[in-house]
Amino acid sequence: MSAVSVFVPLDSAARSVGADEVADAVVHEAARRGLQVQLVRNGSRGMFWLEPLVEVATADGRVAYGPVKAKDVGELLDAGMLDGSRHRLFLGETEEIAHLKRQTRFTFARVGVIDPLSVTDYEANGGLAGLRRALEMTPQEIVTEVTESGLRGRGGAGFPTGVKWQTVLDASADLKFIACNADEGDSGTFADRMLMEGDPFLLVEAMAIAGLAVGASEGYIYVRSEYPDAISTMSAAIDIAYLHGWVGPSVLGSDRAFELYLRVGAGAYICGEETAMLESLEGRRGMIRAKPPLPAIAGLFGRPTVVNNVLSLATVPPILAQGAAAFRGLGVGRSRGTQVFQLAGNVKHGGILETAFGLSLGELVEEVGGGTASGRPVRAVQVGGPLGAYLPTSRFDLPMDYEAFAAVGAMVGHGGVVVFDDTVDMSRQARFAMEFCAEESCGKCTPCRLGSVRGVEVIDRIVAGIDREANLELLEDLCETMVDASLCAMGGLTPFPVRSALQHFPEDFEPTKAVPL
Amino acid sequence: MVSRTAGPHADWSEDRALEIVEKHAGERGPLMPVLHEMQDVFGYVDPRAVGVLAEALNLSRADVHGVVSFYKDFRTELPGSSVIRVCRGEACQSMGAEQLARHARAHLGVDFGSTTCDDAITLEQVFCLGNCALSPAVMVDGRLKGRVDEARFDDLVAEVRSQALR
Repeated sequence: MSAVSVFVPLDSAARSVGADEVADAVVHEAARRGLQVQLVRNGSRGMFWLEPLVEVATADGRVAYGPVKAKDVGELLDAGMLDGSRHRLFLGETEEIAHLKRQTRFTFARVGVIDPLSVTDYEANGGLAGLRRALEMTPQEIVTEVTESGLRGRGGAGFPTGVKWQTVLDASADLKFIACNADEGDSGTFADRMLMEGDPFLLVEAMAIAGLAVGASEGYIYVRSEYPDAISTMSAAIDIAYLHGWVGPSVLGSDRAFELYLRVGAGAYICGEETAMLESLEGRRGMIRAKPPLPAIAGLFGRPTVVNNVLSLATVPPILAQGAAAFRGLGVGRSRGTQVFQLAGNVKHGGILETAFGLSLGELVEEVGGGTASGRPVRAVQVGGPLGAYLPTSRFDLPMDYEAFAAVGAMVGHGGVVVFDDTVDMSRQARFAMEFCAEESCGKCTPCRLGSVRGVEVIDRIVAGIDREANLELLEDLCETMVDASLCAMGGLTPFPVRSALQHFPEDFEPTKAVPL
Repeated sequence: MVSRTAGPHADWSEDRALEIVEKHAGERGPLMPVLHEMQDVFGYVDPRAVGVLAEALNLSRADVHGVVSFYKDFRTELPGSSVIRVCRGEACQSMGAEQLARHARAHLGVDFGSTTCDDAITLEQVFCLGNCALSPAVMVDGRLKGRVDEARFDDLVAEVRSQALR
């Protein structure tokens, strides 16, 4: 009997709930029973309520079991898990699980499917097709293809990726850079982490393509230090890519060179802002730079630089492999292609959902997410990270696209959605937004550095019932100043969660409550 | 390349510090990689490193000190044998992270940023560990933990304490 492949994720979230113990148990329990298994540590499929999710390769495809605890493994093997037999944890064919079946996995096609560091798996599943095609194209042809795909930055701002690349391509300089922003600091987001842990070669390939497209010879991936597993996987992937000549002095045997480096942040949220990240890469404090000049003109070490989020870059190889039309054909209005939504917080079925834009917020939270984890009613959701607006359930009809959200003073951002049940105190969330800004502000501009500190104080006075009307007016004035006069999104967007909390949940700011200190 | 685990660390030595600088000499903007490696080797960034780095990298002492003090990761003293980081981001808040944060401080008897008096555990707060669908999240010596309630937190503490004794 040949060994049966058993997949247990190596994703750090899966490990955080016992995947390593399950993997050990699979090896030991199988050995005790004389069963031949080939253990594969894959990425996560992104259904975290089912982690650790164990998959078995059967004659009829991969079947899944989950959530599996180490102590369940012996019982599963006895029940015939290696033949795909039924059991109370049996979930059926993995691809047929409703949550996966409704997705369009464009960027995340391989995440959870392959062994992240297997070059054989990568190439057998469509890897390198984009880079090979790019090597046959002129730089302008690559940039045009990206522009035509309609791809917009996945980091939050939604800026058209092709336009950014065109600017760098058109700039003349002795040296150009690609800088990948993998400083995924927003609470409620983890897609960049999952991709780096689950399909790191995709990011390597993407960086090389970006280099060919704009004429950049060096690339830097700036990963936050809070992601040690992503750092080690990404670092190993870069080493392997060099060994195979995917990057280095001759990209895939061509006459094009591209050197790729990994850099690690050091616990500063502001370094997720592109210019602060560039400062950090240059070895300085993560203080933001005033724009202009745009990084595309004068970026890293003053040279033209493409600064893109992990997912923006990682979407380019499949666009090149399948053609711009394959991506552009999905989505609604000016929000083309797919978005990797991330359901987080107090939600029953948390994880990622890659699907075309256009799903409503309510469908995402109630249907896909299954409501709250606590079983209590949903009261508020925060969309787009700590700087995104809080929305009540009355806004659940909003379609998840950039323009529809912008129209109501909210933002889709990177697609992270954090769910809160009815025990949440929205005045505390508003206060926290200001507190977080005060903690993480780089200090360069006054509205952000001081406004956030004053914001905390003013909210405290409002909730305490001190000069309520005057302080509400002061808070609004403060928010306006921060929005209009801050140098970057940190101070400029902090008022979004504050104002939205006040607008939609005014009852939480009534002075009848205890002072939240 | 970056170990978040607190382990046996080398004692401060200028020669060793200069070796680290030398290793990164060919890199562009090498200060951050150098500081990370110093912290990995010595467990912290010794204040004596500031002058050494400034000299070796042709920077002012103010530049180096400014970077060390800007980034929360860089410590200027040795941490406890284990470092426990409790996430206080919004996703974790929605699942009771504030209660967990209070419990953690009370259970260990220290505030965030401090080390227990037996030098066993340094407690830190962090804003997001990227485990937002399995909140509340905690990181123990670089290992991510999900769905951490008060009882699980106590178990994690007991585990690192027993390892420290071994």
